[in-house]
Amino acid sequence: MIPVCRLEDLPVGESVRIDTTPPIAVFNADGTLYAIDDTCSHQDASLSEGWLEGCLVECPLHAASFDLRSGRPTCLPARRSVRTHEVVVEDGVIHVRPAVREGTAA
Amino acid sequence: MRTVTVVGASLAGLYAARELRAQGFDGRLVIVGEEAHRPYDRPPLSKDFLTGRADEEQLALADPEEEAELDAEWLLGTRAQGLDARGRTLLLENGRTLVTDGLVIATGASARRLPGTDGLAGVHTLRTLDDARALRAALSGGGLRVVVIGSGFIGAETASSCASLGHEVTVVEAAPLPLLPQLGPEMAAVCAALHRRGGTELITGTGVARLHGQGSVTAVELADGRRLPADLVVVGIGAVPNTGWLAGSTLLLSDGVLCNDGCVTEHPQVVAVGDVARVGGLRAEHWTSATEQPAVAVRNLLAGRTVDSGRPLPYFWSDQYGARIQFAGRRREGDDVRVVEGSTAEGGFLCRYEREGRTTAVLAVDRPRPFMRARRELSSAQPPDRPLPFRPVRAESLAPVPEPG
Repeated sequence: MIPVCRLEDLPVGESVRIDTTPPIAVFNADGTLYAIDDTCSHQDASLSEGWLEGCLVECPLHAASFDLRSGRPTCLPARRSVRTHEVVVEDGVIHVRPAVREGTAA
Repeated sequence: MRTVTVVGASLAGLYAARELRAQGFDGRLVIVGEEAHRPYDRPPLSKDFLTGRADEEQLALADPEEEAELDAEWLLGTRAQGLDARGRTLLLENGRTLVTDGLVIATGASARRLPGTDGLAGVHTLRTLDDARALRAALSGGGLRVVVIGSGFIGAETASSCASLGHEVTVVEAAPLPLLPQLGPEMAAVCAALHRRGGTELITGTGVARLHGQGSVTAVELADGRRLPADLVVVGIGAVPNTGWLAGSTLLLSDGVLCNDGCVTEHPQVVAVGDVARVGGLRAEHWTSATEQPAVAVRNLLAGRTVDSGRPLPYFWSDQYGARIQFAGRRREGDDVRVVEGSTAEGGFLCRYEREGRTTAVLAVDRPRPFMRARRELSSAQPPDRPLPFRPVRAESLAPVPEPG
């Protein structure tokens, strides 16, 4: 598990990027935490810098939108899902358990 | 409407085909493409594709499942050569004809070439996948003296890619600054600094007189007499809309296919989208326009008249020397420019173009999140769209819009 930050350091509507390989973005969407691959599956852009609305994040470059719950794109130009990762809060600290790489980036 | 033909199998053409199916067209759909390739995305050609970070499969715009869902007849490697006066019969190469009830023109634009350089090896343009393949192969050696003519988006991105591959790069720009018409003098100066930061020499304010070389290029001679030795030259001096094949038709052509705000030509069953379309008097060579226009165009095509029009906020981006430039809005000469976040001296920044206290456009370098917020604000502040009847635009009133990207 990778520690991300303290829970109070990620307020509602905010996101943080962790420099794993590949990088992961953690979101606080209306109080629920989600983690997905940070790089848009369409072209190189950081989803942690995207526009968060409910459970959807919009890529800051070409407005592809992803569902944080599934990693699935909800509109073009993205066609491939991004991976989702498990988020755990322990002792007030947000952790991410990265998904195994194989067979997830479909 | 039983048959709809899309001429042009790139971004705008594919999006039009998608819209036709999404909006319920279940008839015969024919897609004619001059290139032999399946639809691919062009923006990476001058960036990740050129530097080898992306390969051809990553350029594909549709996967096989989606193509199957489109249920289209693909005529790839087929050039359209003419359109009859009524806009119903398409002439294809080899004398074949195709009768259609509806037509989407999405033939794009071609790279403008430097006169007198045909047949001179080592001189490249960058527009198509084949162009990019050839340039990528030519750049594989390393250590070349590269001269890039033109510092628009293609020129700047290509120069940046060449520099990152270890070549010695000089950019020649006839205007006093790169991207001057798009960004205005203050911010064009900031972009000029990116070239220097990236280790590229930038020569502005002088044109190119001629290229030298027997068989292959050896030097670029500038209008001021300077001579730049060159192993490879990339010409990035804009693009010309592909309307030549429509010369015998009754469509109005003037630096593009003239259409109203709803992408409809004077024939209600003929619409135009993407780089080839002059929509409501403007031709915008932007990726975003090519993806946004098809929804409106197809709605009008299927309705048989202009029921919808769109004036989406212009948006373009460019990646140069590790910096991401994003611009949205309609800047005009004389707008005030104000940096509202960060600094132009270092790191990223966001600036607003303002006129009479209102924001007309926003520009960001490496500030995607505030840019996105500003772009949304600007978009929602636009006047509401209203459908307009077709109004021919007087050809002489049209100014070219040099905005690739």
